[in-house]
Amino acid sequence: MEHQATTSEITFHHHVPGKENVKRIIKTLIILSIITAIELGLGYTIYLIHKNPDFSHGLVLGIKGVIVILSLAKAFYIVSIFMHLGDEIRNMIMTIVVPLMLFIWFIAAFLWDGNSYKNLRNNYDKHFQERTTEKHGGH
Amino acid sequence: MSPGTKNKLIINMSSEATAQQTKWWNGGRSPFNLEYGKLMMWYFLMSDAFTFGAFLISYGTIRFSQNFWPDPNRVFNAFPGTGHMNLPLAFVSLMTFILIASSVTMVLAVHEGHRGNRAGVMKWMFWTIIGGIAFLGCQAWEWHHLITGQHGVIVDGNHIELVGQTMGGNPWGRHVDPMVVNQALAASPTETLAHLAHEYPLHEGAGSIEDLEKLPKDQLIGMINLEHAHISEKGPIAFGGYFFGITGFHGFHVFSGVIINIIMLVMTSKGVFDRRGHYLMIEKAGLYWHFVDLVWVFVFLCFYLV
Repeated sequence: MEHQATTSEITFHHHVPGKENVKRIIKTLIILSIITAIELGLGYTIYLIHKNPDFSHGLVLGIKGVIVILSLAKAFYIVSIFMHLGDEIRNMIMTIVVPLMLFIWFIAAFLWDGNSYKNLRNNYDKHFQERTTEKHGGH
Repeated sequence: MSPGTKNKLIINMSSEATAQQTKWWNGGRSPFNLEYGKLMMWYFLMSDAFTFGAFLISYGTIRFSQNFWPDPNRVFNAFPGTGHMNLPLAFVSLMTFILIASSVTMVLAVHEGHRGNRAGVMKWMFWTIIGGIAFLGCQAWEWHHLITGQHGVIVDGNHIELVGQTMGGNPWGRHVDPMVVNQALAASPTETLAHLAHEYPLHEGAGSIEDLEKLPKDQLIGMINLEHAHISEKGPIAFGGYFFGITGFHGFHVFSGVIINIIMLVMTSKGVFDRRGHYLMIEKAGLYWHFVDLVWVFVFLCFYLV
């Protein structure tokens, strides 16, 4: 009876069969581990690049961009496979994913704002700029 | 073939097709094909994602407004039991793998729940709890190391003080010219110099701090390995607050997750879910636990990697 009570909201089940599910979990574990290892490798690369006082800021920024994309891939695998969102019906996926689109504006607007504040201060407060900018070849 | 089995066949062939044929919004069923509690857990996690997102974006805003920000490879370079060895990213990668592993054991517990295998659920829940506790232990060590670490910092451009990373300041600031460091060392109290010579000795066997304090200043300065001591300015104050605030909030989630998982383990062992006929509670606890792992992906990204 109780069993029925829980399934009344569920029109049909779509569970992946036993062995395949375990296989999929292990596969996801391997993917997540590999991505994390690549991220750590890139983080260490940044560390090595920083050792050179005249390093290319563009290159470091590019590597950081790759790390961000890899993190998003990890998030996708965790949500889709571990949290089984990928197995739900489209209605369910959309009710979670669509509100999260707010983050696109949220991140862009606020980082832009922070950057703008920095530029304004550097323009109008040279003392701030001198006091806080890294001196090169200091070590 | 009865209509029931035919229906099942279609589902097995393609759940996508069934989902499209069903009139989800005509009432009488959940348009999300999901149990109420699980749906509400999803909405809670979505709101929690915005809370964490707001914290991290606030951190990003402040960081983008600064000309200088501490280099994570310099801040997080310690590993338990290795002293002052420079091991950037090593400890946090261990923490990350612990959390990923505990996420896998959790999803295996959910998997056993689907099959109604009580012993299997208990086994994997147990390992998930161990993973959570291990992660919290790592975080406790890391916080302790950062707070109590004694790093030489130039204060007012003329003398050196020993500071750790707290909410009120941190030693991760700009590099200082070696000339300025030498002048500041001469102007610093013997106590500070003895500490530096003890923590960053040029040669092994420098002796205890008490012995070092009896030596003259000139001799002490000669005993400090300045390259290791890495004396710099104070870093941006916001760094400590954001680090402890956000990793603390995440750690609090891990802690509450461990408590929830322990409760689930006890309920499982008492056969509560067998009597209910389903292990939906394990699935809900699982969603929360995976979310904790998901947040860590971004905490890891924002504080340790970029």
